[in-house]
Amino acid sequence: MADIVLDKVSKSFPDGTVAVQDVDLEIADGEFVILVGPSGCGKSTTLNMIAGLEDISSGELRIGGQRVNDKAPRDRDIAMVFQSYALYPNMTVRENMAFPLRLAKLDKATIDQKVDEAAKVLELTPLLDRKPANLSGGQRQRVAMGRAIVRQPKAFLMDEPLSNLDAKLRVQMRTVVSRLQKKLGTTTVYVTHDQTEAMTLGDRVVIMRGGAIQQVGPPQELYDHPRNLFVAGFIGSPSMNFLHAAVEDGKLRTALGDVPIGDRIRRELEGADAPRELILGIRPEHFEDAELIDDEARARGMEFTAPADIVESMGSDKYVYFTVEGQRASAAELEELAADAGADFSGGGGNLVTRLSAESPVQEGEDRRVWFNLEKIHLFDPSSGRNLTLHEGRSAGTLGD
Amino acid sequence: MADTTTRAKLRWGLIDVIVVVFALVPVLWIASLSFKTPATLTDGKFWPREWTLDNYKSIFDTDQFVRALVNSIGIALIATLIAVVLGAMAAYAISRLDFPGKRLLVGVSLLIAMFPQVSLVSPLFEIERQLGLFDTWPGLILPYITFALPLAIYTLSAFFKQIPWDLEKAAKMDGATQAQAFRRVIAPLAAPGLFTTAILVFIFCWNDFLFAITLTSTERARTVPVALSFFTGESQFEDPTGAICAAAVVITIPIILFVLFFQRRIVSGLTSGAVKG
Repeated sequence: MADIVLDKVSKSFPDGTVAVQDVDLEIADGEFVILVGPSGCGKSTTLNMIAGLEDISSGELRIGGQRVNDKAPRDRDIAMVFQSYALYPNMTVRENMAFPLRLAKLDKATIDQKVDEAAKVLELTPLLDRKPANLSGGQRQRVAMGRAIVRQPKAFLMDEPLSNLDAKLRVQMRTVVSRLQKKLGTTTVYVTHDQTEAMTLGDRVVIMRGGAIQQVGPPQELYDHPRNLFVAGFIGSPSMNFLHAAVEDGKLRTALGDVPIGDRIRRELEGADAPRELILGIRPEHFEDAELIDDEARARGMEFTAPADIVESMGSDKYVYFTVEGQRASAAELEELAADAGADFSGGGGNLVTRLSAESPVQEGEDRRVWFNLEKIHLFDPSSGRNLTLHEGRSAGTLGD
Repeated sequence: MADTTTRAKLRWGLIDVIVVVFALVPVLWIASLSFKTPATLTDGKFWPREWTLDNYKSIFDTDQFVRALVNSIGIALIATLIAVVLGAMAAYAISRLDFPGKRLLVGVSLLIAMFPQVSLVSPLFEIERQLGLFDTWPGLILPYITFALPLAIYTLSAFFKQIPWDLEKAAKMDGATQAQAFRRVIAPLAAPGLFTTAILVFIFCWNDFLFAITLTSTERARTVPVALSFFTGESQFEDPTGAICAAAVVITIPIILFVLFFQRRIVSGLTSGAVKG
């Protein structure tokens, strides 16, 4: 067991493309860290550099305090679980799991004992004599995990280990991975493109984009206090609503009405080079049916009326999609997120996703009065993507002073 | 629906039978001739009226054929071994690594495969005479390797490309050196490819007539296909057809054995279960 430190680690390829740029990351001993981001953000390259499968162009990588830049994967004492599982098809499950131990030249009795132990933890005992071809996807995945845990390495690296499983099994395996990591207490770096996995699994989440770290923190912190537009849009499902907001007469003119701003934001916006156009972000759960709001809450928010397009009842709450007029919010980050999601981004001027209480009597097609919480609003600079509402790492809405 | 599938099966079955008959009739004809006596050789009957093993006895009586058989087996096996080992290394590099000159290497090996061999026979003859390789085993092994390598490289790189690269990475993570990863993970998975290539290369070497007849002059290195052409009867009035047929049957046997021996190792779907899907 050991800590992993990435000190200004970069990866550039001979053709000049930079896959990872100056990544600084300290992973504590026993910590579960998730690297997340859209495809091509450099998360897998970072993982491969920690593994030793990819050379480090510059910077330093330390595992357990030791510089390992030039060490071969086999000398780093870390185990990896691959997205494709990469089981040896010519070996049985037992041989697969014993392979790292045999290479480490342990004696047969110890190998058997360790394999049996690991098999028991992962409930693989009845499958030990089968070949990978005769296993289901979930079983193969567990064998791949077994092969990793069997030799008690300093750290686990997992490269999208669950993405080949079907949705139900993925949720189930998520808890298996989580429980296993807690039980073994081994430092783990886990790569995924699925923000739900990132939110639910990790002690800390690292969000990457274009080879650079955007924000590092516990899942809730990333959710509540995103540092920039990209993080805000990436984390959360359904994702945050983004609306165009114009700064006029000390107010923000938006499709939801004129939003008042507090002293601190006003001071920020008074600067000479301050943007005149902003992007307003608000999460679906910070809306509520105006009928269901008490007076105290009403004072903290604002209301608007809009036609409800679609109502999706989830049982515990309702997802209601509204059409609002107004200009589209546009920024490079939003387009990138949309491209990654494989769809056109329905930012401002389009649909607004809200999550209302299940008690709301809202009907499709009717105009509905909706309340939203001003304390939960984020404002972003469209050119830099910076979250203007963030003050000392906390976001306090537009009214913060 | 059931009707059409039955009809489709019948149609395919019929086509298969035609192809098999077309391919096998000449072979069976030769086998039949090899068992006929000189008197009945030209009777035009498919099934010999009088069975005899004299033809087989006669070819093994002469040192000429036995010596050629030894030459053939030795030369073909050595050339196959070297070509497959070299080809495996080249193919592994081509399928796994990006190195300068990779396209050139692939292109040149393709060029060699396409070059008309008959145009090289005279220069090779001169070169080998100068180097003292003429009429020796290496004198045949070397050109065989040269012309078998492109074949080996092409077949093997196709096989190596099928092996998921993740397996090699996994082996490295599990603590294997590059050599251990190749030997314990990649090579067992590439085995069907190695055997297939070995069969193809062996058949190529075994069947060659052009180089064998030009680059040999005595029994020192003469291979069976050439020795066959030198067959004569006991006297000039005796027809060697029966003996040639017997020899032809005998030299197909090693090929059949070779293929049967390796075919059991060509298990399709050996890599299934390694990665998803």
